[in-house]
Order: sequence, then C-alpha cells, then structure tokens
Amino acid sequence: MRFSGLKVLKEGLTGNKGWGPHWRSPEPKSEYDIVLIGGGGHGLATAHYLAKVHGITNVAVLEKGYLGGGNVGRNTTIVRANYMLPGNSEFYSHSLKLWEGLEEDLNYNVMHSQRGIINLVHSDGQRDAFVRRANSMCGLGDDGAMFDRAGVEKLLPFLDFDQTRFPIYGGLYHKRGGTARHDAVAWGFARSASDRGVDLIQQCEVTGIDVVNGVVKGVQTTKGPIRAKKVGMVAAGRSSQVAAMAGMRLPIESHVLQAFVTEGLKPCLDHVVTYGMGHFYISQSDKGGLVFGGDLDMYASYAARGNLPLVEHVAEAAMTLMPAIGKAKMLRSWGGVMDMSPDGSFIIDRTDIDGLFVNTGWCYGGFKATPASGHTFAHLLATGTPHDTTVRHRLDRFRTGRGIMDEEATGSQHNLH
Amino acid sequence: MRLQCPICGERDRREFYYQGAAVMLDRPAPDAGEAAWDDYLHLRENPAGDLEELWSHDAGCGAWLKVTRNVSSHEIKGVVLAREVKR
Repeated sequence: MRFSGLKVLKEGLTGNKGWGPHWRSPEPKSEYDIVLIGGGGHGLATAHYLAKVHGITNVAVLEKGYLGGGNVGRNTTIVRANYMLPGNSEFYSHSLKLWEGLEEDLNYNVMHSQRGIINLVHSDGQRDAFVRRANSMCGLGDDGAMFDRAGVEKLLPFLDFDQTRFPIYGGLYHKRGGTARHDAVAWGFARSASDRGVDLIQQCEVTGIDVVNGVVKGVQTTKGPIRAKKVGMVAAGRSSQVAAMAGMRLPIESHVLQAFVTEGLKPCLDHVVTYGMGHFYISQSDKGGLVFGGDLDMYASYAARGNLPLVEHVAEAAMTLMPAIGKAKMLRSWGGVMDMSPDGSFIIDRTDIDGLFVNTGWCYGGFKATPASGHTFAHLLATGTPHDTTVRHRLDRFRTGRGIMDEEATGSQHNLH
Repeated sequence: MRLQCPICGERDRREFYYQGAAVMLDRPAPDAGEAAWDDYLHLRENPAGDLEELWSHDAGCGAWLKVTRNVSSHEIKGVVLAREVKR
C-alpha cells in the first residue's frame, strides 16, 4: 500500500474506507532459504536488507504474536551514536548513517527527528570525561560538542540548574541524535520486506528447531514444520527460550526496564535530555507526551511491567531535574524485557550449529540499533562472514575473554550492566 | 514485591540486593576447565518461569538468601538462607 497527498485527501473525505494492509499475510511455504525467528524491528530489518542488499527473497519471518508487538513497540524511541567503546562506536555510527537514509530507503515516514541529545554535566570530572567522549565521537566522523551552563540554559531554561546535589555545569550535545516513531520503523521494514517477496507470518510460534548431526534443517511451528537452509534467531526478550530449542544456553539474563509517558502537553522540550546522575532521560513525543525512563528494576523479570520502587526513583529524578514536570499527569507506564549480556554489548554471530545464527543481547540499546542490526545480521546470514562493524560481537567472547566490550567498565559479569 | 527473610521477616524489595541466578552457589573447582567456568560465569538457563536466585538482605541482617521466584508473575515460591543450602 502506498500513500500520497491526494489519497490522504480522498480517504479523509470518504470515511477512510479505502486503506489496505501494508503487507501480505501468506500461509507459510514448506521450505525457505532463510527463516528468521522473530518479527520485531530487528527481524523485519534483517528481512528488508536480505532482500534489498543481497537479493535473497525466499525468506520467512515467523512471529508468534503480531509484527512489532515486542520491544520495538515498547522502547523510548531514542536514536543516537554517542558511544566511546571500540566495537560499539563503529556499529552505532553505522546505524545512525542508515537511520539518516532510512525514510528514503523504505519510502516510509518513520518520523526520524534529529532533534539533538544533551547529556547533562554535573561535575568537572564528568565534563572532562564528556569532552573526551565528544572528541572520540568526532574522531569517528560523527558529531559531539560541549555546552557550558549558559549554553544549556538557553535551550532548557526550565531545568533546576542550582539543585544542591547535582548542579548543572553544562552538557554534551549530540546534534544528529534524536528520536523516531518506533512502530512506523517496524511497519516500514515490514512493508518493504513483504513487497520484495519475503513472507511475514504472524501468529506462528516456533515450537522446535530441527538440528541433525550439528546442522540446522528447519523449524517446527504452530503452523506446521518449515524446512530452512539457514535459521536466524532474532527474538530479543525471548532469546533464551528460542536458543533452548536448539539445545543452547546463551550468556543472557532477562531484566525489565520501565518507561513512562505523561498526558499530551504543548511543545516544551525540543531535545532528548539525559540526566545520568539520576539515571533519568526524557524527550517529548510528537503527540506531546513527555516520554521518560530510568534504570533497570535490577532483578530478572519477563513481566512487561515493573515495580513501584523504580517508579518512585524515576519520579524523584524527574522532579529534581525539572520541577515543572510535577504538574503533568503520568498517563501510562510499561516495561520491556531486556536481554542483558555479561559485558553490556550485543551478540551477532553464528553458533556451533551449522546454519544457525544468533542476534541477541541488546541490553537497553536495541531500538537505535534496528537498521544496523538488520543490515549486519543480513550480511552474516547471506555471506557467512560478519560485517565489518560486528566482527567483535562474537558469541564466545565471554568464554575466551577476547574482545569483551565492557559498557560500564565493571567487568564481564551478569548483574553489573 | 516483598521478600520473606528467614531472619527478619517480610521486608520491602528495596532492602535487598539482587545477585542473579543461584548457580553462583555451585562454584566449579579451579581446574574444572574452560567450559565449566564459562557455564558458571556466563551461560544461563534464564527461564521465563520459576528461577532460583540469590538475594542479599543488604539493608537488614546482611544474610544471603536463596529465593525461588516466578520471574513472569513475580510470585515468591520460597526463601531459605543460602548458608543452609550451601554446604
């Protein structure tokens, strides 16, 4: 289905009865070259790039619920490339470049808005660290600049600059960072993949992965068996359960991360603002709701909801940073299930089973990775070799200790990321 | 969420520190080999149902607890002192 100004006008005048589905809903064939388990953002992006970049269209995406019904619809929509960690820096830089061309690539409005991200600075030491980070970002060809206090005040006059615990000294400004409409990202990738011949099969749960003599042969599903030459597991939030069907245990613990949105307000917050000292970040959606979140609940959970202590913590941080927010009503809160890896970085790799590939461990950074995750996973599935930006994201790096990408500098250990 | 500390009684989740799966109680021998240590340190069953895990009653008696908890419903199935199950 395509959109045009004329069509929008016509449908608006005739009761919006002429819109059709964005993608086909075929029955599964008995065999595919590649089967992807998981119809979320990353799975759909993988399908799009398999078809577009590598010309592989005999592909099925199997989704047990509905397309984009998992974490791609449950995040806080932030897109950025402000890392300072070899391996992840290059990957997220690659991802941001794909974001910048995504709407043209998909011919779909994903409402990518490069409104800028400001990481607030509260001490001289933190300023030094952020200057170094900004230099590192620039060194990679991305952007990073420093604001002094006056610079932040000009853009965000409503923040509490003189709070006793964490007065605001300035900020790291990442101009090309911003947000995107999360659901539209999934829908855009889905439409493109479907148009190119990929079968998107919803309400189809994978119940088994067939492995014979160390080679993957296909999957068992609630819609019958499907043979496949290659199988990609892209089921963030349920990675461990999917891998268990192939007899694997992953280096993953699942945790819940909460997010919140207020009632719709007039435009008041033009950027994404992060307040690291309070584990708090906030932006304003195009509908007007203030979208914000904090840290993990810090215990294993598959419940897509969190507990009250974290709600309280996030609300306290919000009030400390921008007291005006106390006047807004919180409309909804929800949780997403995060695949937490021991070093805080993701995994895109082949497995010990021939033809079986894994894409997991996105911790809390999966949304901004969506295009590059799909692009690099498609590259691995199609060519058998990792993309340049994911050569370090090996499944066995924890066992060997080689190539650990330690996000929090706390060591490669569960519960510290 | 509240946990029933065997020493202090039922307490708020905020009093406890979460360590993770209780596999940490089964430390391999130093010479057990790479695979056993990888298993112990990194690989997890990570079920979406009942999980045995370690919590420390940090803001209370300081005891390590082995808690059986359903990680989908947050229902607590049992709490014992880790020192009683770890010989």
